[in-house]
Amino acid sequence: MSLAARTLPPSEIRGAEYRGAEYRGRAASPGKVFGPLVIVRTAETRARTAGPPAAERVALERAVALASADLAALVAAADGDAADILEFQLALAGDTALTEAAFAAIADGVAADVAWAAALDAMIADYAQADDAYFRARAADLTDLRDRVTAVLTGAAAARSSLPENAILLADDLTPSRFLALDWIGRGIALMAGSPASHVAMLARARGVPMVVRLGPLPLSDGDRLLLDGEAGRLVPAITAEEARRLAAEAEDAAEALAINSAAATRPAVTADGDPVQILINVADPAELDGVDPAICEGVGLARTELIFDGASLRTLPDEARQLYAYRALLDWAGDRPVTIRTLDAGGDKPLPGYTVANETNSFLGLRGVRLSLRHRDVFRVQLRALLQAAVNGDLRILIPMVSVPAEMAEVRALVNDVARDLQAAGIPHRVPPVGMMVEVPAAALMLERFDTDFVSIGSNDLTQYVMAASRDCAELDALSDAGNPAVLALIKSVVTQAAACDIPVSLCGDAGGDPALTAKLLDTGLRSLSMAPVAIGGVKAAVAAYPGGKP
Amino acid sequence: MTTASLPPATGSALLVHEAGLHARPCVKLTKLAKTFSARIEIAASNEGPWIDAKSIVKVMAVKIPKDTILHVRAIGADADAAVRALVGLVETDFEGLVA
Repeated sequence: MSLAARTLPPSEIRGAEYRGAEYRGRAASPGKVFGPLVIVRTAETRARTAGPPAAERVALERAVALASADLAALVAAADGDAADILEFQLALAGDTALTEAAFAAIADGVAADVAWAAALDAMIADYAQADDAYFRARAADLTDLRDRVTAVLTGAAAARSSLPENAILLADDLTPSRFLALDWIGRGIALMAGSPASHVAMLARARGVPMVVRLGPLPLSDGDRLLLDGEAGRLVPAITAEEARRLAAEAEDAAEALAINSAAATRPAVTADGDPVQILINVADPAELDGVDPAICEGVGLARTELIFDGASLRTLPDEARQLYAYRALLDWAGDRPVTIRTLDAGGDKPLPGYTVANETNSFLGLRGVRLSLRHRDVFRVQLRALLQAAVNGDLRILIPMVSVPAEMAEVRALVNDVARDLQAAGIPHRVPPVGMMVEVPAAALMLERFDTDFVSIGSNDLTQYVMAASRDCAELDALSDAGNPAVLALIKSVVTQAAACDIPVSLCGDAGGDPALTAKLLDTGLRSLSMAPVAIGGVKAAVAAYPGGKP
Repeated sequence: MTTASLPPATGSALLVHEAGLHARPCVKLTKLAKTFSARIEIAASNEGPWIDAKSIVKVMAVKIPKDTILHVRAIGADADAAVRALVGLVETDFEGLVA
């Protein structure tokens, strides 16, 4: 399941996109829930009569102290990331630099709650405009603190309301402390704004709470019954009773499959006749790994790097340090197991303003993947520098997307060597890791033996669309967009055979790798390494175990 | 300040923390600074601007990136100890020193 790659690029997110019978957002945490919508409006400040300035000052001091005590209690009960997030808020609450602007306004006769909100809003706006995604995400922590203190001031209660069973909470954004205060078992989160990189998304993934973000404004009402699909990043309304039954069944199946899968995920992947199959995972964001048990796989088969560039334009591209940080986080999680990191695969349905070409008539056949990397060598070099430095910290491998001809790999190799020389000259620790290629263009699949590549990863989504001449985006072509088509499988088999002849490892990392219905067909081609979303592992391992074996 | 002529205690350390001076290291740094009575300031450059090391709001606002040399100065009774402690915290990459 290619999560991030199939969701809407940020440039297109204005309001909810209504596709037939569903609203699309961005996947933030996998899982499905069917149930009633609970809409939470942004904390409406209850009108509060301002007393004399001295009284208002005391009221604010008291509210901050109460909120701090509340936070301290939450810190004590939380652990890991949750504790860190709350501790940050606690430190903010204890800082007079935060309150002095509010106290100044109070001295001028402004009510405590209004003064407090104004002071915090100024700072929230400042953070929300930061270039760095990390600082932008901190705006949510400040909002959380603002609402917590405001709630005390207006008496609007630290409302620890509980949600109905199977409820889907719909809000503009959700604060970490509000998340931590509610019981989420069997429930889900839909946010009109938000980000998959936010603290609360991280917490949702770690606790297995399905979540979709960036849905935009939605024409929905309290109590509407919907399916929240945290894997595809969509919200599906049930209009008729029949639809409600179907969607409820879909959510139930998903929950059941999840239970079976998590039980099956930890066993080894071995065919019925004892042939081991390597199971790897696809990752779009290091934060996705929060809730994943490393024991269920043998490494990372595909780490996408588009998310690191998400929301960036050419002016605000992530620097070397930020990339290095993200790559090292992946290696830390994997320990001594391999982590294959794909270089920036922009273009096609993944635009990056100033980097990709706008208004290409046929973007999937246009400038994308390595074609763009070789066109923007300054950007590519920064990524290669970060990758070569991170390679010192673990079993990193570099994967190059959209390779069509041997000359492209030769150019990439030359650049890698050049970057290594630069790092050497500067005395910066680095290592030249294996460099492999994606096989998704038929020209590369047919002529694999001519490429200088250390390993191969088959991108079955693009390979299928190029072999079948059927766009991945066109629902009417679903029957053609089938990785199980004999023509696609024959080409995969040819790639596996050629790779074996050249003695280079071959894996597959498209959606087909995580589809248990295709596992037997893929094993028939001779493939013995599959990379997939962590949630798909249990199902695929079960399909592997059922495979009678006998190499083709 | 008792005597304006008394030179401040100073020190510096390379910020090696991967994400720069982000939330978690900021919390640790300001918490540690508050355990001293001295006025403590930090800066990303010798020339300043100097920031109150006890204010997480101000420290976070500077958004100091990795590989910056962090300068620390302090004035007050326990200024020397304060500078030593803060430099030590940065040098050990914010690990373990403060709860």
